Amino acid sequence: MTRRVAVTGIGVICAAGRTRPEFWDSLKSGKSAIGPMSLVPGNSVRFPNAAEVRDYRPLDYFDPKEADLLDRFAQFALIAAREAVADSGIAFDKENTAIVTGSCIGGKTTEDEGFRGLYALNNTRFPPLSIPKAMANAGASRISLEYGITGPVYTVSTACSSANHAIGQAFWMVRNGSVEAAVAGGSEAPFSLGLLKAWEAMRVVSPDTCRPFSKDRRGLILGEGAAMLVLESMDRAVARGARVWGEIAGFGMSSDAHHLTQPSAAGAARAMRAALNDGPVTPEAVGYINAHGTGTPANDPTEVEAIRSIFDTGRLLISSTKSIHGHALGAAGAIEAAATLLALNCGIVPPTANFTEPDPQCEIDAVPNTARAAQIEYAMSNSFAFGGLNAVLLFRKPLQ
Amino acid sequence: MSDDIIARVTGVIAKTQHIPPESVTIDSSFEELKIDSLDGINILFALEAEFDLDIPDDAARQIRSVREMAEGIEKLLAAKQAT
Repeated sequence: MTRRVAVTGIGVICAAGRTRPEFWDSLKSGKSAIGPMSLVPGNSVRFPNAAEVRDYRPLDYFDPKEADLLDRFAQFALIAAREAVADSGIAFDKENTAIVTGSCIGGKTTEDEGFRGLYALNNTRFPPLSIPKAMANAGASRISLEYGITGPVYTVSTACSSANHAIGQAFWMVRNGSVEAAVAGGSEAPFSLGLLKAWEAMRVVSPDTCRPFSKDRRGLILGEGAAMLVLESMDRAVARGARVWGEIAGFGMSSDAHHLTQPSAAGAARAMRAALNDGPVTPEAVGYINAHGTGTPANDPTEVEAIRSIFDTGRLLISSTKSIHGHALGAAGAIEAAATLLALNCGIVPPTANFTEPDPQCEIDAVPNTARAAQIEYAMSNSFAFGGLNAVLLFRKPLQ
Repeated sequence: MSDDIIARVTGVIAKTQHIPPESVTIDSSFEELKIDSLDGINILFALEAEFDLDIPDDAARQIRSVREMAEGIEKLLAAKQAT
């Protein structure tokens, strides 16, 4: 049984907005949410800027006891899920609903605090909630508890592709009839000193800002947050009169089997082709790609090479919204799925912010700095992870 | 049982559970206070810090009420002083 899969709910919390409407306003304005880092003491790492959820107060969303029990990444997961579920208006068939979340690092910031206690402060004991707080599935499990969802619930961890892998798995489960509906997305909260020092050592974080596809790009900017989608069969969505934001039309994945951190154009292209074949959708039908577009010297030309091996880039719009909301690692694909669906739905392509100068190695229309009106039927969203793991989602505008 | 121990135990429970101090008495059961197994280990952690004690797993498993908790602490403190 093959069914069409509708997205009927979208929830987002990230640097660019605490809610889906705030997020979309930021994307349309092209104003980057990257700014001075506040969560980790200044001058402790070589990069001073980040895409943080500014002035986030857990008690605005959770009672004090629950806030103690949830790492920041799991809090974000639940906040985004609540918005998506309310937006969808869905009444879950609880046994026939799945939850699939992505997270690269889970609750490692909780672990980092505990390790600091042990190694730096000579504590002999470890905070007792650390294990359930730090588990990568904490967000998925908490969403399951919130709604009493008892179907397949799990978490995928494939570095920066985590959320796309998660949404893709949920999409396939709904499409093949294994479940009636799903909540899928990703969440991340990577701001702790230990983790930032590890990123610093990778030498991929920009000392100023994130300028994807721009000649003077200097690296990625770390971000945080979550996005969740509610997926259900199109028939069910239409029957209950739900608003359909868009359709997931295909999912493809591949492994580079090339290098642990160097990207491979061939591997990226295989995932994009796989997503097109999964539709099936022809390359000519795709009008917009929300790129992986990290803004590192290595990623962007490799991604452009991969795209050019499949698409005629003459008329294709390609932007990286990481320039606005930062690189939220295991949440990135979900935040960008939200951006891509909203772009299709609203007929507006969000720009690549902070763009200063075209790069001959990245000859594309990167929609520099200003959003563009464009009626597009199909759009793609790329995620390529360290470890060479690629996951690509294909979306379709809702039929009127 | 010492009033000081009771006050400190009930204070730790109230703080850890984010509930008003007056809602915790020596006669409260964990069920009344909605303290589940995860809350229990969190409270034990805070009590270890409060009394500078090491509470063994076997002793911890038996405890079902505030009174048992305070009595257990008193015993452990006595044992600690005796050594």
